[in-house]
Amino acid sequence: MLIAASLAALVLLAVVGVVAGGREITHRLVHAGCAVASIALLIGGLTHLGAGPGGSPAIVLPLGLPWMAAHFRLDNLSALFMVVVDLAAAAASIYGIGYCRHLPQVRRVTPFFPLFLFGMNAVLLADDAFMFLVSWEFMSLASWLMVLSDHKSAENRHAAVIYLVMAAFGTFCLLTSFGLMAGAGGAYTFAAMRQAELAAVPAFLVVLMAVLGAGSKAGLVPLHVWLPLAHPAAPSHVSALMSGVMTKVALYGLIRILFDLHGEVPWEWGAALMVIGGVSAVLGVLYALFQDDLKRLLAYSTVENVGVAVIGLGLGIAFKDAGEPALAALALVGGLYHIVNHSIFKTLLFLAAGAVISATGERRLSGLGGLLNRMPWTGTAALIGAAAISALPPLNGFVSEWLILQALFKGPGLPHWAMKFGVPVVGAMLALAGALAATCFVRAYGIVFLGRPRSLAAAQADLHPTPASMRWTMAVLALLCILLGALPVTVTDALSAVVQPMTGMHFAVSADLGWPWLSPVSSTRGSYSGTMLVMVGTALFAIAVVLAHGLGTRRVRRADAWDCGHREDIPETQYTGQSFSQPLRRVFGGSVFLARETVEMPEPGERSPARLSVRMIDPVWVGLYDPIVRAINFIADRVNRMQFLTVRGYLLMMFSTLVFMLLVVAWRQQP
Amino acid sequence: MIELLIEVAQVFLVVALAPLVTGWVRLVKARLQGRIGASPIQPYRDLYRLLQQEAVVAHSASWLFRAAPYVTFSAVWLAAVLIPTFTTDLVLAPAADLIALVALLGVARFWTALAGMDVGTAFGGLGASREMLIASLAEPAMLMVTFSLSLVSGSTAPSQIIAFVLSGSVGIEVSMGLALAALVMVAVAENGRIPIDNPSTHLELTMVHEAMVLEYSGRHLALMEAAGMVRLTLFLALIGALFAPWGIAQPGAGATEMALGLGVFLAKSFALASALAVFETGIAKMRVFRYADFLGGALLLGLLATIFLYVSEAV
Repeated sequence: MLIAASLAALVLLAVVGVVAGGREITHRLVHAGCAVASIALLIGGLTHLGAGPGGSPAIVLPLGLPWMAAHFRLDNLSALFMVVVDLAAAAASIYGIGYCRHLPQVRRVTPFFPLFLFGMNAVLLADDAFMFLVSWEFMSLASWLMVLSDHKSAENRHAAVIYLVMAAFGTFCLLTSFGLMAGAGGAYTFAAMRQAELAAVPAFLVVLMAVLGAGSKAGLVPLHVWLPLAHPAAPSHVSALMSGVMTKVALYGLIRILFDLHGEVPWEWGAALMVIGGVSAVLGVLYALFQDDLKRLLAYSTVENVGVAVIGLGLGIAFKDAGEPALAALALVGGLYHIVNHSIFKTLLFLAAGAVISATGERRLSGLGGLLNRMPWTGTAALIGAAAISALPPLNGFVSEWLILQALFKGPGLPHWAMKFGVPVVGAMLALAGALAATCFVRAYGIVFLGRPRSLAAAQADLHPTPASMRWTMAVLALLCILLGALPVTVTDALSAVVQPMTGMHFAVSADLGWPWLSPVSSTRGSYSGTMLVMVGTALFAIAVVLAHGLGTRRVRRADAWDCGHREDIPETQYTGQSFSQPLRRVFGGSVFLARETVEMPEPGERSPARLSVRMIDPVWVGLYDPIVRAINFIADRVNRMQFLTVRGYLLMMFSTLVFMLLVVAWRQQP
Repeated sequence: MIELLIEVAQVFLVVALAPLVTGWVRLVKARLQGRIGASPIQPYRDLYRLLQQEAVVAHSASWLFRAAPYVTFSAVWLAAVLIPTFTTDLVLAPAADLIALVALLGVARFWTALAGMDVGTAFGGLGASREMLIASLAEPAMLMVTFSLSLVSGSTAPSQIIAFVLSGSVGIEVSMGLALAALVMVAVAENGRIPIDNPSTHLELTMVHEAMVLEYSGRHLALMEAAGMVRLTLFLALIGALFAPWGIAQPGAGATEMALGLGVFLAKSFALASALAVFETGIAKMRVFRYADFLGGALLLGLLATIFLYVSEAV
């Protein structure tokens, strides 16, 4: 009831958004309304999760095509994702109340924002393929319109075109996947699909198309190309939702198909997903390391985190197929935990980026700096977000990586030789991605918030104070990063209830040692307790402060920076994002991105500056998409001729098509 | 009650011992180089002297610069509290396994690197950039060592690995040897020792760790230095405990076994510290861009250690 009312409210709000016009108060009211609706949906999701396993009865509404009905149902999996979506949605909406004032293109955002939220929630509630795909398109198109909201920039238009093509491709693949599951009879409800028995080839194609369709929306390599273009083009609170949440809705689709509707996915797909996830994780973070645009950096980091979560899902499939439901549950709990975590800290970081951009008007790392002193709230919240995404204890990002690693460490126990040798390699990829993510966020945070301002706009950031609604949203999200890290057992217990129907096993991650200790397999297998680390760490911190102050002096003197006596007042002497990642570019750039550095030195005696230029090539774009684009253009050029045929030519073509079709029918009807 | 006492002893043992171990390394190095060298307790005096001096903070620094030494020190300290030194019977040991230990050291590194960038000087950024380069290869290598140890022993908790090694069911394993080699390489890198970094360098351009803490003074510098000393002792204790655990007190041990464990722990620490000094005297520092070869080697050794387990099983 609550959920239905909230969804209807979202649609209404969209209408209000259309007629809002130029009045600022209406835009703020629409965002406030979205916040109320999202909080109601969040409560709906949480109540369902709290009520224990089991789904609500399916609701049938006379929507859509006349001879079809729309089916909706809420079970634990959709309730979990509803919590994920609506927590971030509530944060983004409240943030939007203050943020939309600074937004020049707000009239092209407000109508679509509620529709976007509606689409995402409806995907989660859909209980038939038709509703699922319609809502999926709602979500895609509403976000596409918001990507285009700043349509005057050519870069955004380019991003929108690529996004539209990839979204169409994704939906096409999902449509095929559902179509194959529905079979010739067209049983399009999820309940019927669960019962369906699939032959070998369709079963393979269902999984392939689901991975391609959901993977392209989630941003898995090599289908990620649209993501770092489209996500940053939207206004920041929409970017936060696209990156933090829409990718999760895509993963929901993947989980729904692989673990619920299809059910019997062979381990090879688990292995394939682990490899895709590992490659996405490493490539995503490497891309992020070399970005100069703050929002694009965050978008690439989404590719990494989706990869990490998919490693967990793939491992879950492999364990499930090998008859190890407990370990499958562990891997899935790890993957879902990461999905929850990423939605929180990525939303937080995008919102912080939005605050930075609205205070300085600058997105490039090379024009920022010194903002922690000028924007202490945003800076502190972003610090927590950066530490959490770098998987540092005691924050939430570490717990999910720990769970996935624990599951991976059991991976070599799988009976297949490919897994025995492959799992350590995926483990190394995951570890490498984690360490590189820490580097990436030390770089991003250090360049944006620390040091001295690199532009006048950054130096004057304190002239544009961040509105209270934006500050409080970021503070709450930062607090959630700490809580979900410090109380991991509470979260894993809730998640194991979600995982139970998918693996057919109730599995408590904390079974062995009790409440604050996570001990997934057994108490001797390795354990972790964020709660204890927080308590002991705080105590040691206090002792360190008392010791240092008690044994010595507390005096502090402010002075100029020492810098080994090289005092320089120009901020250009600082390290930049480019120089920070230069050593890593030398290590990874040459082989992955074919990076070339050229130095132009002036002749001795000349006064002109020396220049260092770097050229990097995107291997996925050059290796995969360029050939496809060229092939499509080639074919289009050939097909183009058909537009200019004579009437006779067209008639001939129609005739030959008819003959061909009749031949096909004749051939199919032969016994 | 007795468990609590052991835990408290563990909390202060490594911190109290760390400057002495560092002083010992310096003394052995000095003797090997033909100098008399300072007394091994000199680091205590240095730290005390630094604590007495006022801290100078740059105008452009933020609160992070002043908080970082405390966070760094307590993160390393927390890691040191959780590893077995003289006994494996620690109340707090289940709070973190080897993965969490690696991550706790990562917390210290994260804050130190950020502090290096906070003042906005060229050297701070240089140090932070190079430190993160080293870490982004050393940390996965350390995790691969954990992976192979957990495959051999069935656990990622140090106390369980020790119990497994002590139970004698591990023969001379190729994997253990490879893991040890990788762990030593990681330890060298994480502690900023030669050939990765020179802790006593005076040339800013060759600094890594020192470049990050260049702006620190007074008690802040004392805490940063102390964190480095605790980290060195922690790694020596970890290598000693995982690969040569003999003598360590097991759960249920009496007072004599505890005393023996303590003695053995001290002997191992100083022996490993001497070995480090000999190793450092014998080789030269690497160029920055050779790090990747060295640490990539460690990562591959760790990976090989896991894969060799199955090769040896299959043969």
